[in-house]
Amino acid sequence: MCEHCGCTVTGGNAHLLEAGTPGASRTVEVLEGLLAANDRAAAHNRAHLARHGVAAVNLMSAPGSGKTALLEATIEALAGELRIAVVEGDLATEKDAERIRARGVPAVQIATGTACHLDAHLVHRALHELDLAAVDLLLIENVGNLVCPAAFDLGQHRSVALVSVPEGDDKPAKYPVLFRAADLVLVSKCDLLGVLDGFDPAAVERHVRALASAAPVWRVSARTGEGLGRWCGWLRALVAEVHAGAAAATR
Amino acid sequence: MHELALCRALLAQAERIAAAHGAHAVRRVELRVGPLSGAVPELLRAAFAVARAGTCAQEAELVVHEGAIEVECEACGARGPAATPNRLHCPACGGWRTRVVAGDELLIERVELALAPRAREGGAEHV
Ligand SMILES: Nc1nc2c(ncn2[C@@H]2O[C@H](COP(=O)(O)OP(=O)(O)OP(=O)(O)O)[C@@H](O)[C@H]2O)c(=O)[nH]1
Ligand SMILES: [Mg+2]
Ligand SMILES: [Zn+2]
Ligand SMILES: [Zn+2]
Ligand SMILES: [Zn+2]
Repeated sequence: MCEHCGCTVTGGNAHLLEAGTPGASRTVEVLEGLLAANDRAAAHNRAHLARHGVAAVNLMSAPGSGKTALLEATIEALAGELRIAVVEGDLATEKDAERIRARGVPAVQIATGTACHLDAHLVHRALHELDLAAVDLLLIENVGNLVCPAAFDLGQHRSVALVSVPEGDDKPAKYPVLFRAADLVLVSKCDLLGVLDGFDPAAVERHVRALASAAPVWRVSARTGEGLGRWCGWLRALVAEVHAGAAAATR
Repeated sequence: MHELALCRALLAQAERIAAAHGAHAVRRVELRVGPLSGAVPELLRAAFAVARAGTCAQEAELVVHEGAIEVECEACGARGPAATPNRLHCPACGGWRTRVVAGDELLIERVELALAPRAREGGAEHV
């Protein structure tokens, strides 16, 4: 077997095939994922995280759904309990990272330039800018985009998708690929439920189930703090789980 | 939106395979792209036409096989097609606890390499 592509041509017999007619061509069966290089980088990121027992969460949503606001509220709620670090994906600015640093938490901004999503290579660079030995929980804010981010594994342990009340409750039905990848769906800005009465949280849950996903659908508000307790409990449980896994691996 | 990034990854892989086989060019690339892969075949084709310039696949044809979605029910065990990418219910019992068994793939199935060395290129044109 050719180690590069899995075809059955070896160095030893390749000349038999190549001595064909002029202009000969050969079809090589590949059957490799288009994102194989990204997936290898994601596995490498996972190894970095495992070495230090760091739990990583990939936060995805449309632009402005409240990812950074949720991170700010989460940092506040878990202060003195979990050591958090943040990776910020943003098209061009340091704004989100500055908001996080203002709360005393290390934040690496990945200016993705023209890219519309984070990939494992970008996150890898960010990992090397952080002191992972001093981190329990790494929160990765993906680029605000409901299409691309889902395709790229970053090496995270869990993915979370946000859908904010002003966006409408049909987002999981319109962006099935991203919401299907979520381990948890948060209905953000839930303080606006009383104001924007067209949004039905039960419909979000129905759409998520229609994607064959058992992901919990929970409400949160960075504004009022509603739902933060449950969300932080979920994060704590993940950190404990990853810690236990890291302990088992090094035993 | 990310189809250009996908095509760059695709071309890097194609160049590696061509080099491993001593081929000087890639003639065709065949992909399998499921409706749940997140990639849009039409956008892939458009991005490929741009991204291939200057690579060994600059004259390559891109063939995209669009698979169908198939689910397997965790409750009744039935297997069959899903209605749409956002309705992955069991086709037999209607339950939502299903597993996607096909339709989320994003694969390079095969590539066709041009093996003729430079000296044979004239012949290749007329085969
Ligand atoms: N009412 C209400 N507004 C919120 C809440 N969370 C965020 N917002 C507002 O929504 C806007 C966007 O919030 P961000 O946290 O910047 O959203 P984001 O998802 O990080 O945005 P991008 O990084 O640009 O994709 C801001 O004006 C926030 O004040 C909330 O819980 N309730
Ligand atoms: Mg933000
Ligand atoms: Zn590394
Ligand atoms: Zn993208
Ligand atoms: Zn069934």
